[in-house]
Amino acid sequence: MDLKYPARKLSRSVLTMGNVGLQLLWYFLHILLSIWHSILAIRCFIESCFITCGVLEKYKSLNIAKLRYLAIVIESEDAHQTSKVVKLLQWLDSIGVKNVCLYDMNGVLKKSKEAIFGKLKNAKPIEEVNEAVTLHVPEHMTLEFVSYADGKEAMVKAANFIFVENLKRQNFGGEIDGQVISEPLLNEALKVVGCKGPEPDLLLVYGPVRSHLGFPAWRIRYTEIVHMGSLNFLRYGSLIKAIYDFTKVHQNYGT
Amino acid sequence: MDFFMVNPRHFKISDIALINDGCEQTNGVFEKLIYLIKKCVLHALSIGPIPIHVAFIMDGNRRYAKKNNLVEGSGYKAGFFSLISMLNLCYELGVRYVTIFAFSIDNFKRCPEETRFLMDLMKEKIESLIMDENNESINIANRFGMRVHFVGDLKLLDKPLRLAAKRIMEATVNNSRVVLSICVAYNSTLEILHSLEECCEEKCDEIRVLDESGSGYGLIKIRRDYLKEYDDSMCLINLEDVERNMYMAIAPCPNILIRTSGENRLSNFLLWQSTFCYLYSPFVLWPDFGFWHFVWAILNYQRSCFYLDKKRKQL
Repeated sequence: MDLKYPARKLSRSVLTMGNVGLQLLWYFLHILLSIWHSILAIRCFIESCFITCGVLEKYKSLNIAKLRYLAIVIESEDAHQTSKVVKLLQWLDSIGVKNVCLYDMNGVLKKSKEAIFGKLKNAKPIEEVNEAVTLHVPEHMTLEFVSYADGKEAMVKAANFIFVENLKRQNFGGEIDGQVISEPLLNEALKVVGCKGPEPDLLLVYGPVRSHLGFPAWRIRYTEIVHMGSLNFLRYGSLIKAIYDFTKVHQNYGT
Repeated sequence: MDFFMVNPRHFKISDIALINDGCEQTNGVFEKLIYLIKKCVLHALSIGPIPIHVAFIMDGNRRYAKKNNLVEGSGYKAGFFSLISMLNLCYELGVRYVTIFAFSIDNFKRCPEETRFLMDLMKEKIESLIMDENNESINIANRFGMRVHFVGDLKLLDKPLRLAAKRIMEATVNNSRVVLSICVAYNSTLEILHSLEECCEEKCDEIRVLDESGSGYGLIKIRRDYLKEYDDSMCLINLEDVERNMYMAIAPCPNILIRTSGENRLSNFLLWQSTFCYLYSPFVLWPDFGFWHFVWAILNYQRSCFYLDKKRKQL
């Protein structure tokens, strides 16, 4: 009697059951994760309500001086909601955060620039501000609009600028030497190609996932990156909490 | 369990992973059951998308030592066990690239004794990956099929460490199952500057060759075209050139970057490469980062990766 066929059939059944079991385990783990995220979301919502109502004392006074430049990354699909962006900026203005950089990958916010400036009473674009924005607290808001093109592509433009300037300096003659590129030189080149803004102290991400989505890499070396959730669930209390938590951070800068 | 008594030479890597999870070895059956559960969880995880490249900022070693009243430096030794544990888990899960931020250029600002200790520890641990005290080759790196690559300005390291790094890179150059990139004397600022310098040097070489050929291109063309003010059409260097010259060109961009101890910044690590990377910052300190923390990180990644893949394809 051939026993191999039933044995093979049995092992196949066991394997299939095993795979089904593993798939169920995978779904179970993700259900657990979703429950955890829901609990966190509810907790954030309740905390935000308490903060907005002024119940939590510690959030009533913020040491804004530490936050000299704030960057906000917004998911491009949500960035079309100009009214929400304006609401966020108005909240920041009321808190005392005057220097803000708005980023979305596809440049939707850049296209909505005029609409945004139209709705804000005292905001100026960074191109019109001559002095370094982080050195003082102005009366007006300074807004910078940035997209993916101002990241890696701008760095390439800066590299080309440096290269051509080096050739010009060597007067296009004789033996051309390579270029030693220092940080200050690259910073100057980035300004020439239109990347004027400083490094933000804090970067708030309004999107489904905590990722900076291509915010200019050169500018976020020591920037605190905080995930705020979708712009659709914009809450004043959460904003206050994020800024408050930032003011309590101590950085060693590697020491 | 006092980890000072644990000698990695006497254990298999999988045992080290179990030990690091604080698994009490009081009951053999119980230990085997926990091991089986962990194996099942790892197999279940691999049903979903697995990151190809995982990066770690191993933060919290000093706080760990302080929290557990250990002598200074013990935190780093405990952190090494966490690292081996994570390498094992990444290997089992099928992760192809692992990058760790071992020592930043900013870390040279620490007191000389601590820097010296870290350099000596790194040298000792590098050598333990390929040799043991009796000079018999355990070759953990080769057992994993792991290629080790050091990323950063290695000229800033002292000679013994530099030589040890060179030895392990040569010893593992033919491995291809996993690539471990160890960032030492590294930061993104340095990496970007270095890449741009290399790009400029390459272009200079191209121009020299063109000029020597007497074809009328090279400097002559540039002189004609570029003696005016700079504008955006002056593109000699392109994005591919810059990315090719990055220190981290040996690996694709990371899919998830895990920084332990709850800090929310990248501290000048993989800034260029982390465009579509999921940034995960658990509160646990690095020496305490174990199996379940890793599983939770991967589950969070699986929840986020479809969105990030969609954004990547939009470019």
